[in-house]
Amino acid sequence: MIKQLFKFIGGVHIPQYKDISCNTTIQQAPIASQLVLPLSQHIGSPSVPIVHIGDHVLKGQTIAIAEDYVSVNLHAPTSGQIIAIEPRAIPHPSGLPAQCIVLQSDGKDQWRERKPIAEDYRQLDPSKVRNLIREAGIVGLGGAGFPSFIKMNPGPSGHIDTLILNAAECEPFITCDDRLLQERADEVIQGLFILRYALQAKHCVIAVEDNKAKAITALNKALETVDQSCIQVTAIPTIYPAGGEKQLIHTITGRQVPSHGLPIHIGVVVQNVATAAAIYAAIFRDEPLISRIVTLTGDVSRPTNYEVLLGTSMQSLIEQSDDSPQNKIKRIIMGGPMMGFAMHSSDIPIIKTCNCVIVDKGLTAELKQHGYTMPCIRCGQCADVCPAELLPQQLYWYTKSAQWQLSQDYQLFDCIECGCCDYVCPSYIPLVQYYRYAKAQIWEQERETEKSDHARERHEFRLERIEREKKEREERHRQKKAALGKKDTDPKGEKTKPDPKKAAIIAAMERVKQKKAQQNIQAKNTDNLTVAQKKQIEEADARRKKVNDEDSSS
Amino acid sequence: MMNLHTPSSPHFHANNSISQVMFTVIAALSPGIAVYIYFFGSGLLIQMLLGILTAITCETLILLARKKPVWPFISDGSAVLTAILLALSIPPSSPWWIIVLGTSFAIVFVKHLYGGLGYNIFNPAMAGYAMLIISFPKEITGWFNIQANSTSLSLSEYLGLIFTESKSSDTISQATPLDHFKTQIGLEQPASTIFTDTNLYSGLGAYGFEWIGLAFALGGVWLVYKKIMSWHIPLSLLISLVLISLVFYAWDNNNYASPLFHLFSGATLLGAFFIATDPVSACSTLRGKIIYGSCIGVLIFIIRNWGGYPDAIAFAVLIMNMCAPTIDYYTRPGAQTP
Ligand code: SF4
Ligand code: SF4
Repeated sequence: MIKQLFKFIGGVHIPQYKDISCNTTIQQAPIASQLVLPLSQHIGSPSVPIVHIGDHVLKGQTIAIAEDYVSVNLHAPTSGQIIAIEPRAIPHPSGLPAQCIVLQSDGKDQWRERKPIAEDYRQLDPSKVRNLIREAGIVGLGGAGFPSFIKMNPGPSGHIDTLILNAAECEPFITCDDRLLQERADEVIQGLFILRYALQAKHCVIAVEDNKAKAITALNKALETVDQSCIQVTAIPTIYPAGGEKQLIHTITGRQVPSHGLPIHIGVVVQNVATAAAIYAAIFRDEPLISRIVTLTGDVSRPTNYEVLLGTSMQSLIEQSDDSPQNKIKRIIMGGPMMGFAMHSSDIPIIKTCNCVIVDKGLTAELKQHGYTMPCIRCGQCADVCPAELLPQQLYWYTKSAQWQLSQDYQLFDCIECGCCDYVCPSYIPLVQYYRYAKAQIWEQERETEKSDHARERHEFRLERIEREKKEREERHRQKKAALGKKDTDPKGEKTKPDPKKAAIIAAMERVKQKKAQQNIQAKNTDNLTVAQKKQIEEADARRKKVNDEDSSS
Repeated sequence: MMNLHTPSSPHFHANNSISQVMFTVIAALSPGIAVYIYFFGSGLLIQMLLGILTAITCETLILLARKKPVWPFISDGSAVLTAILLALSIPPSSPWWIIVLGTSFAIVFVKHLYGGLGYNIFNPAMAGYAMLIISFPKEITGWFNIQANSTSLSLSEYLGLIFTESKSSDTISQATPLDHFKTQIGLEQPASTIFTDTNLYSGLGAYGFEWIGLAFALGGVWLVYKKIMSWHIPLSLLISLVLISLVFYAWDNNNYASPLFHLFSGATLLGAFFIATDPVSACSTLRGKIIYGSCIGVLIFIIRNWGGYPDAIAFAVLIMNMCAPTIDYYTRPGAQTP
């Protein structure tokens, strides 16, 4: 078990602003009369609607399904009627509207039938558990929003020695994980057990920043009632970005994730605490991901945490918490102040990845708009704080002068866009903006080369179809294997019975297939990703493909 | 629907700025300045004032000429710092046009003609000093006669020297301690008698300078502690200077001064903490900084002993300024050593 922590290079101590929202209990946000549910709630492909305008849906009912591998289902957050499926404003840096399902609440908040599996999950094959999590629409709730079931797959080698539950929550202002641990530590721990089961991980570490004493106490108390031999709660130093995946892994294990690799390559998986709680709710209560905890904070009268149904507009939350005039609002940030992005309006729905809404009325010193940007004086402060050990001032020089090759030589793509360099720069240079722009340009170039190859695209399309067929075959294969391994607990008859839900899904899939064939390839929600995330998607796809190939050849 | 600001992340910024950095550096210089004035009188103050006025005037004019916003650049403090460093490098009794000329040259030619703040290759103060010492060697190496006037001069004496260049008293008759030492060595005087000959020297180095140096070092250490600068350049510079002078001193202590003399004479400590560390013209990688600092240390020793000029900080720094980009290139993270 962990005896010693390791310090990562760089990082900054920043004002926390957490006290303002972490001392009140989580409030239930009222059910809005209209919920706007973007089909693209997370990294990966948008889900595909299986409901029609006019349909009546129950709370928790699936309304859109995952078509591609890197995607999950979407559910109705409350009961009501589908009144539109159309482009609406969504939380996205571009400010462009995107396809949403609009649900008019009927005020009854009536659940669909629920059949919790609860403790019986241990009788299921890990792949079955993963599938349940996928169907429950669960994605990483720490902000990035990578479909969780993918990160619950131990991969071909199947060897995970450390599962880290990330409760570092290192960005200022955000307290939703802190509150969650204080109030529902037992659910988090149950969720951790499910994760551990799916990953077959040896050790589990719950990493909490040492400024969250109450959360640590709550966790330790909750651990008293369970078998805690494999779980350890570890307080890590409070420094931004301690909760960054690579930084956290280094702090806990002392291991470095290779520059072009993923945590899984060194036997580590990191999941967020809120994700664990959502997994618990899915397995123990059969509740898909239809709400989340959001910190509403900044320059408002009553900063606090809300349990919010997905699709609720930020505006209604702000009205809940703020008495003073709304026209003073200068900026609304979704996520933390270091890596979050600014909204174009307040009429934007809460989505799965929205952990925090910061309202800026110009009252918080550090949130103030930048002054005049001065030239770089090469003071080197940026390099001192860069957790990726880069030379931000050189990257700035090369990205500014559009020297893409040189910026890549200086490891532009290792930049995690944490914003530390930007935060300390005495010249107020918007460094991260330059890096982001450069990355986008380089990707654009790569995409251009790809696009020119039409034949290749068509080929890809064919592969996709073949892959899907393989996938289905593999699933059957797995189940058979599982059935052989656990004869006594075989839930039989599962594979054949056609149920109406499945039929609807298959029909929807068919529709999508046709639509896709017409539109050629559908854009993925990949334009605002960090390299690591992009890589993760590619890796996941590749891994999936490999597994399929092996399966079908055996 | 509101129209909100949507700048890109991060939305958070530390409460700092270039002017804060510069004025912290100036604050760190103040103990040294105070001790300097304690030993040698108010001449330095007059020089600093003249330098700062010149620097601000030149900076404003050239910013206007370059159609740049004046206030953000004037208020950044970098021109003021340049003027103070130059004033500290010349004798406090130099005529007024020396500092005015040197500062204008530093700001206009060395700083702005290379692109302004952040773009200059050479340290402006040192390039200004080099220009002065090449053009006006007599004015810039003369030290007032300490023997004749106890230790320092009064304000009126300084005003006379600076503005009317009256040489009524034999106040300017002496060389700076480093210069004196060099001439005497040239005259085959053993080092031990040079030191006891005149009251230019004291226990550790040149009279007064050990305390001034210590005060500058104190300010420098504070800057390192405040993380305004890193320890790499000053420490490597001082270590390399001490090591190389120790080797020669041990080998022949009649012809070479002790490491302590090198440390506490001239502008060694000022240079190590405040001049060689100018971020714009120095190396920026950690390994680069160590190479850069050590080379300056060695160059100081070489120029002091065998070069044509008494103090060596300026030339050592300028030479290494030229090498900095190359050193940076070969010491960048992940680079192969050439
Ligand atoms: S912190 Fe800003 S001014 Fe300093 S070296 Fe980095 S980019 Fe340049
Ligand atoms: S944003 Fe990129 S370059 Fe800047 S500190 Fe973070 S990782 Fe380093």
